[in-house]
Amino acid sequence: MTRMLSLLRQVFVVLALPVVLLAVWWVTSAGSENFYLPPLSEILTTFGEVWFSGRIVSDVLPSLLRLAAGYTLAALVGVGLGIAVGSSKALRETVEPVLEFGRAIPPPVLVPVLMLIAGHGNSMKILVILSGCIWPILLNTVEGVRAVDEVLVDTGRTFRMRARSRLHHLVLPAASPQIFAGLRQALSLGIILMVISEMFAASSGLGFTIVQFQRGFAIPEMWSGIILLGIIGFGLSLLFRLVESRALRWYEGIRLAERGGSPSKT
Amino acid sequence: MLDVRGLRKVYGGEGGRSVEALRDLTFTLQEGELACLVGPSGCGKTTLLKCVSGLLAPTAGEVRLAGEPVHEPPEGMAMVFQEYGRSLFPWMTNAQNVELPLKERNVPKEERRLLVAETLASVGLEDVSSAYPWQLSGGMQQRVAIARAVAYQPKVLLMDEPFAAVDAQTRADLEDLLRGLWQRLGVTILFVTHDIDEAVYLGGRVIVLTNAPTVVQDDVAVDLPDERDQVSTRALPLFTELRSRIYEEIQRAKSGDGRVYSP
Repeated sequence: MTRMLSLLRQVFVVLALPVVLLAVWWVTSAGSENFYLPPLSEILTTFGEVWFSGRIVSDVLPSLLRLAAGYTLAALVGVGLGIAVGSSKALRETVEPVLEFGRAIPPPVLVPVLMLIAGHGNSMKILVILSGCIWPILLNTVEGVRAVDEVLVDTGRTFRMRARSRLHHLVLPAASPQIFAGLRQALSLGIILMVISEMFAASSGLGFTIVQFQRGFAIPEMWSGIILLGIIGFGLSLLFRLVESRALRWYEGIRLAERGGSPSKT
Repeated sequence: MLDVRGLRKVYGGEGGRSVEALRDLTFTLQEGELACLVGPSGCGKTTLLKCVSGLLAPTAGEVRLAGEPVHEPPEGMAMVFQEYGRSLFPWMTNAQNVELPLKERNVPKEERRLLVAETLASVGLEDVSSAYPWQLSGGMQQRVAIARAVAYQPKVLLMDEPFAAVDAQTRADLEDLLRGLWQRLGVTILFVTHDIDEAVYLGGRVIVLTNAPTVVQDDVAVDLPDERDQVSTRALPLFTELRSRIYEEIQRAKSGDGRVYSP
């Protein structure tokens, strides 16, 4: 019963501010005569019409698929390279300056360049997402692998762990908190790059549609697209946190135990 | 069983600055012996153990396990570290921790299950096999590490100040647990400690080391009865005598005018 109550309380705390903000928006925009700031009621009516009439399949889905492809590739390449670079001191010293330089380039600048190389299709957009998302994943993985506890490494060596199981049972789990930190940064970057790449040159996608609406002065439709993007970003980050908390349950447990809480409760 | 001959380790600093940690160490452990290494703090005990275990290459000299030279951690050796919290895999349950080295050794599944259950029971932890190490107290975590080493069925068990980070009561319990396991299994144990009392209480023999650059200062046989007890054994005149002798040796080792023991 108390658990139920505390859950309700938590839901209330989470939802309170968004509800208040929406209410304020609703009230202050009601009867707005400003062309660029239409009433929220109008935006919401348009929302259903615009997005639930086929655009989910023709625009939202392509965007999400590009994001999934670019993000997955970035994760695979980033973690793979990160393990290699993190494990070898010589390699690290050689490539680290280059990595820092690569990270420092704002990824949207690459859109025009990648358009020249990869054209206007899906591969250009996937490349843009990949080229931006890879840096936080790569650099965090390098850092995580480099910082694997020396005693743990010695333990693995005295028990003669083979290279494969050392990777699976030692290096990857030990670096996983850092890897997840990189993946989290990359996810928000990925959403931004997904939209930007579609704004430049595209015939479908969320970014493309929102720009189309704006150019056609379909202002409530434009606003509804922005709201949809917000909802997608929020949903993805919620999903990410769910996966993360499952994968890093041990890590949360240690942190709780160190703070003197009771980890067995979770 | 374990032969250490002329072991020397110099840490090479670039630009000519080098530190000689171990100068010349020679000793032999017979099969089934429990020997303790004591020395002043900072005398290179951990360096010595790393060289013996094959984790670190010595500058000169050699280590042989059952006649075979040691160049990397050999199959017949297990190690228990002082930092139990950093040596157990926190993403694995206690049972999985004990099982991991057995998997590496391709022990069949059924046999693994039995060994894990048996060794966890032998350290009194059968109830927490599905818990995670960080859910246990320090003493219990070190028991898991000991169970993991024992399940591995090594010929030689190396222990690097394993009880230095637990409280006194737990420490006494762990000492008795270790002696019990040793008597039952007959495994050869090299136990490094800075605690003289612990060395005398545990060991059949105490090897005293000098300050760095380290050599063997003395090799003391501990002729205490095999059945030891935290209260009565520590009250024996022989115990006190051995303790004072080793204490004086270490004082002399610190001041650097100790005689050098040659076997």
